Amino acid sequence: MIQADLNVILPEIVISVYAMLALLGAVYTGKDRLSGALTWLTAAVMALVAMWIALSGQGTNVAFGGMFHDDGFARFAKVTILLSGAVVLVMSQDYMARRGLARFEYPVLVALATVGMMVMVSAGDLIALYMGLELQSLALYVIAAFRRDSVKSTEAGLKYFVLGALSSGLLLYGASLVYGFAGTTLFSGIIAAAGEGYTPVGLLFGLSFMVAGLAFKISAVPFHMWTPDVYEGAPTPVTAFFATAPKVAAMGLFARVLHDAFGGVSHDWGQIIAMLSVLSMFLGAVAAIGQTNIKRLMAFSSIAHMGYAMIGLAAGTALGVQAMLTYMAIYVTMNIGTFAFILAMEKDGQPVTDISALNLYAKREPARALALLVLLFSLAGVPPMLGFFAKLGVWQAALAVDMVWLVVASAVASAIGAFYYLRIVFFMYFGAEGETLQTARAPVLWVCLMGSALVMVVGVVNMFGLESVAAAAAATLVN
Amino acid sequence: MSVIALAFYLFAICVVAGGLMTVISRNPVHSVLWLILAFLSSAGLFVLLGAEFVAMLLIIVYVGAVAVLFLFVVMMLDVDFAELKAEMAKYMPLALLIGLVLLMQFGMAYGSWEITDSARAARGAVTPDQLENTAALGMLLYDQYFLAFQLSGLILLVAMIGAIVLTLRHRSDVKRQDILAQIYRDPAKAMELRDVKPGQGL
Repeated sequence: MIQADLNVILPEIVISVYAMLALLGAVYTGKDRLSGALTWLTAAVMALVAMWIALSGQGTNVAFGGMFHDDGFARFAKVTILLSGAVVLVMSQDYMARRGLARFEYPVLVALATVGMMVMVSAGDLIALYMGLELQSLALYVIAAFRRDSVKSTEAGLKYFVLGALSSGLLLYGASLVYGFAGTTLFSGIIAAAGEGYTPVGLLFGLSFMVAGLAFKISAVPFHMWTPDVYEGAPTPVTAFFATAPKVAAMGLFARVLHDAFGGVSHDWGQIIAMLSVLSMFLGAVAAIGQTNIKRLMAFSSIAHMGYAMIGLAAGTALGVQAMLTYMAIYVTMNIGTFAFILAMEKDGQPVTDISALNLYAKREPARALALLVLLFSLAGVPPMLGFFAKLGVWQAALAVDMVWLVVASAVASAIGAFYYLRIVFFMYFGAEGETLQTARAPVLWVCLMGSALVMVVGVVNMFGLESVAAAAAATLVN
Repeated sequence: MSVIALAFYLFAICVVAGGLMTVISRNPVHSVLWLILAFLSSAGLFVLLGAEFVAMLLIIVYVGAVAVLFLFVVMMLDVDFAELKAEMAKYMPLALLIGLVLLMQFGMAYGSWEITDSARAARGAVTPDQLENTAALGMLLYDQYFLAFQLSGLILLVAMIGAIVLTLRHRSDVKRQDILAQIYRDPAKAMELRDVKPGQGL
């Protein structure tokens, strides 16, 4: 029995064992001199495991008496998490080395955080959910404060840690109420106890607290306060990591809890999610207008994008989950490209994050400026780019369940949000004369930027078959 | 009144009295001692419930470690407890409000709270038959919750790496002990014998 269970979690075991071996190996040999090689090796291991999961995963496998589900939905999320994590690691290597942050613990912590995310999207039990979430969060708190001689980075880590602990408290309180009602921590037991239609007080309270705790992890308004400060303070490669893989994991966990454990009471959480979604979209769009730091701007952008992705969840259907998964995959690709650009922004060898430094950038570097233009258009949701089709997907899912007001609200929010994306484009092409920034000559960043921009344009043909894969994944979650 | 009922009331009164005295006693060291009484009495209540393992855990962890730590803190730190106590009146409305909320929660828990049959059954049979609860906990922890147990190990590993990453500094201006190098030092190289002539120095 244990053999069969271990086979199901083999990908997680492989990455955990790799992380421990890498840690021991680096401690006893080269220490920080190995950090570059270790970063590439970790990325390679993560990419290989992603390929392995994508190619060999079959059917729905349940392990440890229902605590761990390996189904199409989990595999889709895991492949997205692993690939984006691997790409961000590779992108960060050059920046970390040149800023004196090349420490071998970084790839090890990222690998362990990834294990936590993989457990999150596969969780079939409240305890597994919490363990995965904490494994992920704890590693993220540490890497947020990775530049420990910088006050901002330390502040980011501390703020993230304190607020993260608070949100874990909310989540646990909710989980204890749900357990008190259902008498079991298994999702399958909770959904059987919850039944259809009628929601008892205990379950409703527990559900609300759990949603609040999870909303913190995806930084949905009103649980978003930490995001701008943490994104600004953390080292830029860490910010890039925060904006990609953990978001997918938290969204995946959100969808899994809502559908696996509370699928019978979807009318109760549908309203909460819709409200969080509308607030996130509007705050993300409006608050970003005044930002001049591009990392803060990306923080508000990610808040808004989580709002759009949550439209798919609010619909509460398989189509909605499919749209959410597609949205997250596209969002991660766009963010990787944008952060590849931000990582290369520098002036006299020092990193710059002020958007006014982009003045007339297009004259000096037309190719890079064009790529960023494509990515920003895509983030704003301007029609010919892939980002528009991501939004179209969630709108279709919402329209299918007659949530017209949500679609209208998100269209208005995305029109407001387009302003600040387009303002960057304006600076690049028509800005005032002045000192413009140079860009680091890192081939990896160039490849990521151009590749991501290319995907945004070419992807509109058939989205690389993403939709059918996401549909199959969603079908395993919602039935 | 049976012996068990008598023991229950005895322990319960001790818990409540201990808790109350912890808050109101003037001397902070007395407060900690009252707290220990409350812990010990609740351990007694757990024994009455049939949860010996939790009772022993309470004594070992809370009385043995936490309360002793409190005592150290109280005695080591120069905190003006009289001043803190004087501010108690200021926070009284808030404390009363929290107390009211707690009372309302109790009201809800006994009034409109509903639990499913499965939860009722789980509460009825805490441990399997003919199994002590220490053994039952072991069965759960290393069998049913094996995955969670291993994951919590990983979490502790991350916490350890994190503590080292964030605090360890390699200082180059500090002399460190290298035992082998010290043992194998060659006296001929480390020491030099000079014949100092009187009145001249080196």
